[in-house]
Amino acid sequence: MHSTHLTARALRDAIARRELSASEAVAASLAAIERLEPQVKAFLSLNPEGARRRAAEIDKRLAAGENVGALAGVPIAVKDVLCTADGQTTTCASKILGNWKAPYDAHVVERVLAEGAIVVGKTNLDEFAMGSSTENSAYFTTHNPWDLERVPGGSSGGSAAAVAARMVPIALGSDTGGSIRQPAALCGVVGVKPTYGRVSRYGLVAFASSLDQIGPFARDIPDAALLMRVIAGHDPRDSTSVSARDQPVPDYLAGLEEPLKGLRIGLPKEFFGAGVDPEVQAAVREALRIYERLGATLLEVDLPHSTDYAIATYYIVATSEASSNLARYDGVHYGLRAAGYEDMIDMYMRTRSEGFGDEVKRRIMLGNYALSSGYYDAYYKKALKVRRLIRGDFEQAFARVNCLMGPTTPTPAFKIGEKAADPLAMYLSDIYTVSCNLAGIAGASLPCGLTKAGLPVGLQILTDVFTEDKLLRIARMFERETDWAMRAPALAGGRS
Amino acid sequence: MSPADFVPTIGLEVHMHLATRTKMFCACKVEYDARPNSRVCPVCLGMPGVLPVMNEKAVELAVRMALALGSQISDYAKWDRKHYYYPDLPKNYQISQYDQPLGVGGKLDIETSQGTRTIRIIRVHLEEDAGKLMHAEGGNYSIVDLNRTGTPLLEVVSEPDVHTAEEARAYGEALRQLAVYLGVSGCNMQLGQMRFEPNISLCLGTDDQGKPRYTPISEIKNLNSFRSVERAVLFEIARHRQEVQADPRGYTLEKLGKETRGWDDDAGTTFLQRSKEEAHDYRYLPDPDLVPFVPDRKWVEEMRATVPELPEKRRRRFIADYGLPEYDAGVLTVDRTTADYYEEAARASGDPKAASNWMMGDLLRALNERKIGLAEFPVKPAALAELIALTKQGTINRNTAAETVFPKMIETGKSPAQIVKEDGLAQVADTGALEAIVDQVLAANAKIAADYRGGKKAAFGRLMGETMKASGGKANPQIVKDLLTKKLGG
Amino acid sequence: MPLSKKDVLKVGALSRIRLSEAEVEKFSTQLSGILEYVDKLRELDTADVEPLAHALPIHNVLREDVPAEGLTTEQALAGAPEAAGDYFRVPRVLDEGAGA
Repeated sequence: MHSTHLTARALRDAIARRELSASEAVAASLAAIERLEPQVKAFLSLNPEGARRRAAEIDKRLAAGENVGALAGVPIAVKDVLCTADGQTTTCASKILGNWKAPYDAHVVERVLAEGAIVVGKTNLDEFAMGSSTENSAYFTTHNPWDLERVPGGSSGGSAAAVAARMVPIALGSDTGGSIRQPAALCGVVGVKPTYGRVSRYGLVAFASSLDQIGPFARDIPDAALLMRVIAGHDPRDSTSVSARDQPVPDYLAGLEEPLKGLRIGLPKEFFGAGVDPEVQAAVREALRIYERLGATLLEVDLPHSTDYAIATYYIVATSEASSNLARYDGVHYGLRAAGYEDMIDMYMRTRSEGFGDEVKRRIMLGNYALSSGYYDAYYKKALKVRRLIRGDFEQAFARVNCLMGPTTPTPAFKIGEKAADPLAMYLSDIYTVSCNLAGIAGASLPCGLTKAGLPVGLQILTDVFTEDKLLRIARMFERETDWAMRAPALAGGRS
Repeated sequence: MSPADFVPTIGLEVHMHLATRTKMFCACKVEYDARPNSRVCPVCLGMPGVLPVMNEKAVELAVRMALALGSQISDYAKWDRKHYYYPDLPKNYQISQYDQPLGVGGKLDIETSQGTRTIRIIRVHLEEDAGKLMHAEGGNYSIVDLNRTGTPLLEVVSEPDVHTAEEARAYGEALRQLAVYLGVSGCNMQLGQMRFEPNISLCLGTDDQGKPRYTPISEIKNLNSFRSVERAVLFEIARHRQEVQADPRGYTLEKLGKETRGWDDDAGTTFLQRSKEEAHDYRYLPDPDLVPFVPDRKWVEEMRATVPELPEKRRRRFIADYGLPEYDAGVLTVDRTTADYYEEAARASGDPKAASNWMMGDLLRALNERKIGLAEFPVKPAALAELIALTKQGTINRNTAAETVFPKMIETGKSPAQIVKEDGLAQVADTGALEAIVDQVLAANAKIAADYRGGKKAAFGRLMGETMKASGGKANPQIVKDLLTKKLGG
Repeated sequence: MPLSKKDVLKVGALSRIRLSEAEVEKFSTQLSGILEYVDKLRELDTADVEPLAHALPIHNVLREDVPAEGLTTEQALAGAPEAAGDYFRVPRVLDEGAGA
């Protein structure tokens, strides 16, 4: 079980040195999963057979002296919104995909496999990535490893929980309005949302195409940087993925330990207003003090459009795109087809009514309403204009500072069921994270404290487009000064 | 005004499959006779997680067509999703272009029995085709083949400048000719590569403010032959006239809007598919998976330079420069290959009329017999020109050229000079030798000669024929004619 | 702007989602609440602001017209809820070709 407490880098190095085999690493991961899953329920499906087979293959290649890759032998979990062609289903935590097995791997899955990683399973999420607690999964909810009565956050709750509980050292998630950063904060792990276009979306089941990005979950910044290096880069299959010529991928590990001298940190006053839990505030303020000690300057900045208006904008833009992206789930070509239909329209209606959960239905209807004739200008077009204003807020801020910081979420993990009744209340918990997606900039959350009740607090750092190398360095500065990255929930052994 | 005076105002939306190897947004082959659902991939199947990527060739062909139509190529063109649910549309939206299309404006001249008319173009844009939905034979279900899904479509939308069924047909034919000529689309009607959707209404005159008033517009979907376009438009014009006669106050565009109708070819009638109320709400959304197309102006000019002289212009030039009759010029500009071939042959031979005669007669016949196209024809323009020259020089006569040399050129690929030499086909032009043959023929056919002298003019032809035969077909006919004429004393 | 029950049913139909009486009730309240919230965008003057549809200023991403291997018919139909030979099978569609 000790190997499950190693970082991905340490594990890979140990495997490369033949101190342990990939098969042993996978066995340890699967054992941890078996032990903890009844309580945490992070996975929708597991592939122990496939994982063992791949580990054996990798061990053979390593024994033959081959350089298998930067993640050789490292177990990884993949959010079940990414297509995998390994025989596992890709469900998006929805009933509507039925038992669909993707005939192709997502680009990021191809990349991690090419570096020798071993996918042990697909993790739970809010259905079609719509939600902030993983309670919207059509199958079951995931429990926060730090307090099983609480949510792990969402929508990538399963991936965050799997890493927090030390079932796997790294995982992939997706972030459309905070779906990596928020669960990372609630589960006390590192989560990174890359700049829009940095990572190919090919194979990511689309929620909101102009906002979605895939990113890493890890226990520390260097592991996140390693996974970033593996998945980032141009993919000709994704027209929105930035070209290598325009934005070559830097080596995120090189210079990671080098602090940024003269760091200027912007503190948006909107991120520190009323509504932030006092313990969250305190932990974040302490983190900022550490940055000051390290020589950073703190400046107050203003993001006038980027909280309340950002939520409103997000819930128009994201739902409009979602209503379009989810139109294809109709029981015709793949997935669930409801029984008992009388004609074509009836088949569509039954399939989609049975196949989608409430939150998905809500968002699809909201989106179709916003796009419907007569309302397009008032809602969608208006929202896109405000989006430009939000982007403008960040452009102005980044002209003065290197990064922005604040709490990732207003509160620590809430109880399961607490916010389920009021969708709007749930939406408002994304208040610090959505503007980042609307503007397309880069963002990360890393653990910066624990409340008295032992719940993690996340510090959010935002940087300008295509500056993930700086983002990671800035985060690393803080991480090195503290031991939050070493903390583990009690059910995973308490400490790494 | 009476219904008979109401002028039909007809706009046409024409869709054509672009001549690309792959689909608009994925690398699947565009193929027409493949096994069902075998020219598909996760992208055109609309599977979860897939993304579209624009086909460069489709864009080029579209720009070429737009330029040939005189459209303005937009500085900024984008893609939009057009949403509706249908089993042949896997994503339940079609990727098309809504408010910022590839090309704006333009025109096309058409020839009708009333003369030349100019039909203005509103816009030219790209989109993807849907699959095929068919009814299962003997079953109460339908079946879907998605091979066609994603095929690149070019849509050309005209202003409602067309007024008659004849014009509608002429417009369709002219558009087809242009597209084929440019290599933009094969426009093979049997394969469904071209589809027409006329939008028909009658103009009811103007109101007291001088604004024009119309009957409701009927859009006829998916006509795929010129004949059906003509018939459907004719039918619709008559139907509109009947409707407005029956309800002059109620049958207006304001009250009833636009309706969609289908065409029943067997019955020869249209039928209602969707009324104004049932019209789709397409919920157009700029496609977030595709980036805009912002053509470099220099590139547009380079593309403009690749647009060849258009068939209409070339036809007029053939008439003017080569003195060809209108019909011949039309045949010789039916497509670029033919026009290029003709021009090369005409210039090389220095005899445009002869080149035209050869092409429209012997050459076309040879192509038909062998069921091949001009592109595959083994005789190149230069060789044809040589053949014409040999005939003009009198080395061989026209008959020998057509009956013997030309076919041999096709079969062997040898030059005409070579064939004439090897087979000893050179015409006999030696007057002395010919005179001897003529004397022989006259002696052997004294009665016929007497008939001629007696006034039977037809007998001359028989004597010519006998002389040609006696010379093994190689006699120079002109010399023979002269000799016979002299000797017969007429 | 509150959504009436009629609006909810209309947008449900547009979404091809059938709603029970109870759902119409529930969704009409919830959606109205959300729409009311998003209406706050009206507070902002955006008369001179251009919509921002794409986060990145990328243009002209094109693909060469070269064919690639796709799926076989068997693979294409592998996940089909109902197939008939080489085709996807669906309930009889009455208005043939009335798609676009």
